[in-house]
Amino acid sequence: MKPAIAIKNLTVKYQNNPILQNFDFSVDTGSLLAIVGPNGSGKTTLIQSIMGLLPSTGTIAIFDQPSVTQRHKIAYIPQRSSVDWSFPASVFDVVIMGRYGHLKFGQRPTHIDHQITQQAIEQVGMLDYIDQPIGQLSGGQQQRIFLARALTQQADIFIMDEPFIGVDMVTEQIMLDLFRQLKSAGKTIIVVHHDLITVKKYFDFVYLINRKVIASGPMATTMTQENIAQTFRGTIDLHDLNFL
Amino acid sequence: MISIFYKILIGTTLVGITTGIVGCFTLLNKQSLLGDTIAHATLPGLAGMFLIIWQKSYCLLLCGAGISGLAGAYAVDYITTATKLKKDAALGIVLSTFFGMGIIFLTIIQKCEIGNQAGIDKFLFGQAAMLLHEDLIIIAVLSSLIIATVVCYYKELKIIIFDMQFAQTIGLPVQRIENILLIIIVTTVLVGLQTVGLILMSSFLIAPAAAARQWTNRLEITIALSIIFSLFATTTGTILSYSYPHVPTGPVIVIIATSITFVSIIAKSYLSRS
Repeated sequence: MKPAIAIKNLTVKYQNNPILQNFDFSVDTGSLLAIVGPNGSGKTTLIQSIMGLLPSTGTIAIFDQPSVTQRHKIAYIPQRSSVDWSFPASVFDVVIMGRYGHLKFGQRPTHIDHQITQQAIEQVGMLDYIDQPIGQLSGGQQQRIFLARALTQQADIFIMDEPFIGVDMVTEQIMLDLFRQLKSAGKTIIVVHHDLITVKKYFDFVYLINRKVIASGPMATTMTQENIAQTFRGTIDLHDLNFL
Repeated sequence: MISIFYKILIGTTLVGITTGIVGCFTLLNKQSLLGDTIAHATLPGLAGMFLIIWQKSYCLLLCGAGISGLAGAYAVDYITTATKLKKDAALGIVLSTFFGMGIIFLTIIQKCEIGNQAGIDKFLFGQAAMLLHEDLIIIAVLSSLIIATVVCYYKELKIIIFDMQFAQTIGLPVQRIENILLIIIVTTVLVGLQTVGLILMSSFLIAPAAAARQWTNRLEITIALSIIFSLFATTTGTILSYSYPHVPTGPVIVIIATSITFVSIIAKSYLSRS
């Protein structure tokens, strides 16, 4: 199957210290993939490099094309904490921002953009809150509107940074249902995830990383105690892994 | 021929509208202190330009002020990227260095007869009564440019202020939009230089927006309210300053604007408690 994203020899440095070095990564189209690793293992660095947010060397191909020309095919969902939620905007205002990439300079969103936005808000179960100021939303609701904003981009690949942190069970279920829907529509979903207990349940494929790829592949064969121990060496008590 | 009072009122109205709009973006983008630094950094350009041309050409003086204001903003940027210093330190260094340099130039100007009469020092605290017909045209042109730019780039400005990283991922030229915002802020400072003065300009940029922010959670309404508060301050300030010619306009306008902010903050906390 054609890879949605294929990375070769990726090197990313922060103040001359390499975070990722000669890193290879590949994800098949239609996969539901988790990137798992301890703090500082380069998970966020990896996805930010894919999005062109960090300077890097190496090649990043999206659907076999150079990433620079293909980024519009990816919808990126940053960590919820990356924005100031006291910004004066409603749910609708934020979700419609996903359409801005499709609009020209100075062009106002059209009737169709409004429709797509409304539909995305409905998909994440936030229609009742459409005019609500974003500052009044709960963490889970904020996460859902970020997801809705990504849906309006009508992308082929969705990349999310820790979307399950601090969200309620309703949000969790809505997100999981959406993942399945998107997957069955042939979309590729890549999620940075830290919870070792839920990762097996939520995802089909996994990349275990710690500055380099420790193991990758289908969940059942990759999430072995040995691989996890190697990924998290020195950061968690290995006896804690017995329950996995 | 419009009377002097109405001329001044038109001038201050334009200043009120422009600062009302741009103040919202400055406040939301957490650039209040940058606004202050830019305003103070205009002094060496303004006074320096006078030392070169030795006449009070408003247009050229504003060019000088604009160049040094922008230089100040980029100096802050340079210090934060090239050194380990944080933004607050960079802002402090640039503000005092540029302003100090400006004061030296101003002292040289004041010592000469032509310079003393030119009233360059009036730019420190603003004197709306000094607005000439030509000055008004320049203010009108600059204000129109600022408003047109904000209208054109409205959605882009909104998205980079709310979520710059996301804006970058959807392919918006974030650096260009940031530069545009910076130029808008510098130009707004220039528009208010004669009326509000460079020392208090940043307070006037922020106060109406901060007051408006207390009353609404919508950007469009914040901007509308900010314009209204700002216009109230400039109009009353102009009337007072016109009636008492020795009172500088800037401080009067700023005191009115900040009073609105205080009343808004107190009223908001009272209303949300009850």
